[in-house]
Amino acid sequence: MSECPTELVYAETHEWARLDEDGNVLVGISDYAQDQLGDVVYVELPELDRSVGAAEEAGVVESVKAASDIYAPVTGTVVAVNDGLEDAPELVNGDPYGDGWLFAIEPADESELEDLMDAETYAEFCESAADADAGDVDDLVDGDELDESFSVDDD
Amino acid sequence: MAGRTPLFDAHVRAGARMVPFAGWEMPLQYGSQVAEHHAVRNEAGMFDVSHMTVTDVSGAAAAAFLRRVVANDVERLAGPGKALYGAVLNESGGVVDDVIVYRLAGRYRVVSNAGTRDRVVPWLSERAGPFDVALRERRDLAMLAVQGPQALARFQEATGRTEASELAFFDVCEAGDWMIARTGYTGEDGVEVLVPAAAAEPLWRDLLQAGVAPAGLGARDTLRLEAGLNLHGQDMDESVTPLESNMAWTVAWDPPERDFVGRGALEAQRRHGSPDKLTGIVLEERGVLRRGMAVRTETDAGVLTSGAFSPTLGCGIGLARLPRSARGAVRIEVRGASRRGRIVRPPFVRHGKRVYE
Repeated sequence: MSECPTELVYAETHEWARLDEDGNVLVGISDYAQDQLGDVVYVELPELDRSVGAAEEAGVVESVKAASDIYAPVTGTVVAVNDGLEDAPELVNGDPYGDGWLFAIEPADESELEDLMDAETYAEFCESAADADAGDVDDLVDGDELDESFSVDDD
Repeated sequence: MAGRTPLFDAHVRAGARMVPFAGWEMPLQYGSQVAEHHAVRNEAGMFDVSHMTVTDVSGAAAAAFLRRVVANDVERLAGPGKALYGAVLNESGGVVDDVIVYRLAGRYRVVSNAGTRDRVVPWLSERAGPFDVALRERRDLAMLAVQGPQALARFQEATGRTEASELAFFDVCEAGDWMIARTGYTGEDGVEVLVPAAAAEPLWRDLLQAGVAPAGLGARDTLRLEAGLNLHGQDMDESVTPLESNMAWTVAWDPPERDFVGRGALEAQRRHGSPDKLTGIVLEERGVLRRGMAVRTETDAGVLTSGAFSPTLGCGIGLARLPRSARGAVRIEVRGASRRGRIVRPPFVRHGKRVYE
């Protein structure tokens, strides 16, 4: 089973969020999400100083299989983005809760974090999602479905 | 119920993520698809391709039959031990399937796609009627592709069989109940091996032991795309001809009296010129190309038939069907944004190196 650190909170769209000491909310995608997506090859991050609403589209993570929109877990302003991902998008796979972070938001209202899931709830959420569609990426993915990209084989 | 190849348990043991594919449960990847891709480009990888359709063609008229149903000409095969790539066409010249025909002692062996089995097996049977031939589907065999610059050396180390190294590209030999061919679908050197089902797992184990990395359908797709090789059902199908699919080289026009299925339609198209072509596209900005994205030049428009992120080149690549006149710079509609790309002649990668201009 994938790893869900207990100090983080999680969105149903598989982002994690952490309130740092500086008051900003750091955002990434979960271990479950990176595992379902497969090798990440391209990350599109929001522009600095952009205002985002909770659950608003803020970026895209693309893997070999599919593109997945990233949603801001809380309302606020983008105050940092992880530039390292431009040359090393695979950090999202290798270290989703560390060097593979995506961006940081200065939150308008910290209490929005309380609307997100704790680690235990999120782990159950992933498990039921995995049961429901036999491990498929599903709502995580709005790009090509697997069967579509590999519908027919060849010599 | 999806089919399982004789290597199903071996895949699960190797940690594969199994996915439904053309009626089979096949490995998508074992860990990192990109790592599997690089293993094939840089060393050696192996693919279970036992889901593909294998049909033996024997009888006095085997050659005559194949010269009727395949647009390439098996008469070009100088003798047993040679193979060729070609298309099975319908009467309109559309591509029913693409195949490799192996000439063996006293018979031919046709390897066609898994996804077209239900179409191609009856297609061939129906057309075999007037010919003195016997067709036999070989579901008793398993097929492994061992590909990469180290593939031959490791195959020899794993099996003790030296025959493979003596084969030229597209040569084939039989060694006991094995068939070994210097063919593949990756743009690298390597072999494709057909063995009795019971021999598949020991062979897999020996290859693992010799350092050959298991590779799944995901890596197979990016490797073939970098190599500029078409995927039937995406880059061509029954609605387009080989002339519109970058496969004109697989049509044998000579001798002119050879009446293969689809010849009339193809000749008409050849006279009038085919409106479209299949060509390569390179994305010149960061991002990933996907099948179905719209492609535009100043005057022409078309669509990506395949698209991916190329692990070897580090950029988005694809194949697109575009009007024949299309040249040079293109714009590609990537997730709502217009991105810069250009038309190149495939392949993109050959023997591990970028080859397009």
